[in-house]
Amino acid sequence: MDKREYQWAWLMVLPVLVLVAFSAVIPLMTVVNYSLQDILGRSSFFVGSEWFKETLNNPRLQSALLRQFAFSFTILAIQIPLGIGIALLMPKRGWQASAVLILITMPLLVPWNVVGSIWQIFTRGDIGLAGFTIRELGYDYNITANAVDAWVTIIIMDIWHWTPLVALLCYSGLRSIPEAYFQAARIDRASKWATFRYIQLPKLTNVLVIAVLLRFMHSFMIYAEPFVLTGGGPGSSTTFLSQSLATMAIAQQDLGPSAAFSIIYFLIILAVSYVFYVTIMNMQKEKAAQQGAGGAE
Amino acid sequence: MSGGKRGLLALYLLFTLLPIYWLLSMSLKTNQEILGAFSLWPESLNLHAYIRILTDPSWYMGYVNSLTYVLMNMTISILVALPAAYAFSRFRFIGDKHLFFWLLTNLMAPPAVFLLPYFQLYYSVGLFDTHIAVALAHCLFNIPLAVWILEGFMSSVPKEVDETAYIDGYSFPAFFVKIFIPMIRSGIGVTLFFLFMFSWVELLLARTLTATNAQPIGAIMTRTSTASGVDWATLAAAGTLTIVPGLLVVYFVRNHIAKGFALGRT
Repeated sequence: MDKREYQWAWLMVLPVLVLVAFSAVIPLMTVVNYSLQDILGRSSFFVGSEWFKETLNNPRLQSALLRQFAFSFTILAIQIPLGIGIALLMPKRGWQASAVLILITMPLLVPWNVVGSIWQIFTRGDIGLAGFTIRELGYDYNITANAVDAWVTIIIMDIWHWTPLVALLCYSGLRSIPEAYFQAARIDRASKWATFRYIQLPKLTNVLVIAVLLRFMHSFMIYAEPFVLTGGGPGSSTTFLSQSLATMAIAQQDLGPSAAFSIIYFLIILAVSYVFYVTIMNMQKEKAAQQGAGGAE
Repeated sequence: MSGGKRGLLALYLLFTLLPIYWLLSMSLKTNQEILGAFSLWPESLNLHAYIRILTDPSWYMGYVNSLTYVLMNMTISILVALPAAYAFSRFRFIGDKHLFFWLLTNLMAPPAVFLLPYFQLYYSVGLFDTHIAVALAHCLFNIPLAVWILEGFMSSVPKEVDETAYIDGYSFPAFFVKIFIPMIRSGIGVTLFFLFMFSWVELLLARTLTATNAQPIGAIMTRTSTASGVDWATLAAAGTLTIVPGLLVVYFVRNHIAKGFALGRT
């Protein structure tokens, strides 16, 4: 769409700017300030890049970062295909469609710490349905002692919690495909796979980019669920970035290093989101170009 | 729909519902029953945990506090996001792209990064332990989210609609309220759903910015775990009750979700 140039539009954006700046810029400035100084009681002195060097060389944080990337990529690799699959299975109309929608959406609206509690209750070896059953079947399942069990449980918990988001985005994307496309495919005797590959999947690209973006950023700041379920353990095997940072900033009160850590953390997310932003913008341009061409036909 | 498809979907629904069933079942048992012999369902419907939560102000005020800041945040976010999203979808202005990207980066800011500065900021302006503090803090990610979703819906409304309305003699506010907002109704519904969702489920900031007067239910729930063990029944009942508001919200927007969840970007 051709946009009109209109500088007064700034006035419409101003309230957003002021509110978000209050919540984002002032605190961020504080973080930058801390990251460059050593504060002891009332006195402080400038230390430059000291804290950044310390943070980047801290093996605990390095392993938390690696763990974080491993976690985010694992859940993306599972949730995106699973979400598409579920969207294809969901009924299209009638009361069944509404019922399935409501049931599937449920995990999304559970407070994140309650998600942790639900899975803690569900997987405990003594009182949990899953934990008890697995133990009865002969496997010594224990998320407080076995790191692999803890990892698998957290990944399954995240699949339970967030696959609905991917599924709903895809479901909504699929609903927007006109019925005529499927009729044409039937006339051409297209196989189910061909229909999916050449009609449904292309229509899903936009929603899938949104799904990957949202899933990446939320998984990258996961905090409450593993904190409640495993407390980051056994050892530090399920301690992700947010928890390392919260421990450092609140429990240990290491202002300088935790501020430097915050900035590095934020820069990583910023870099990734920039890639997504450019991708989305390019896709919109392509779409606009296609529509322009379509209109000229 | 074929039987195989139905079976797979039923399997997934079972996976979704089992943990929730287990929570519900726990909340209806007594602690002795929970820690005693393993049973798949409660022997009798024991509502003592629910009665305790719903009659003790130090418990139920947690739900009131959470809902209060969530509603405040939804109101603020949608009111400021509507004009901003309109500006982004219709006009070019100096710095528009940079501003939009900057907004998106806040959507991605990890709350953990802002914990300490938020605590100090809200403490110094005297807002610590108030509902509005949490509502404002949640604006950090909810306003950008609302602008982003609404911009998608607004851009899918043809510009000719605006122009026709002006020719018909509508002023901008009249056009916006009477014509434009009804046209993007499902977009607003979906936006409100997302605003509710992210403010309701967030705990890290909400817990850090409150002490007693505005404490969210999520923070109060930690009380069930004491030195003498965990009060499982109360924890499960409190957890079950946190699911209820979400269910109501989904029920109200169920018809908009099917179309609107693609955020106007299909």
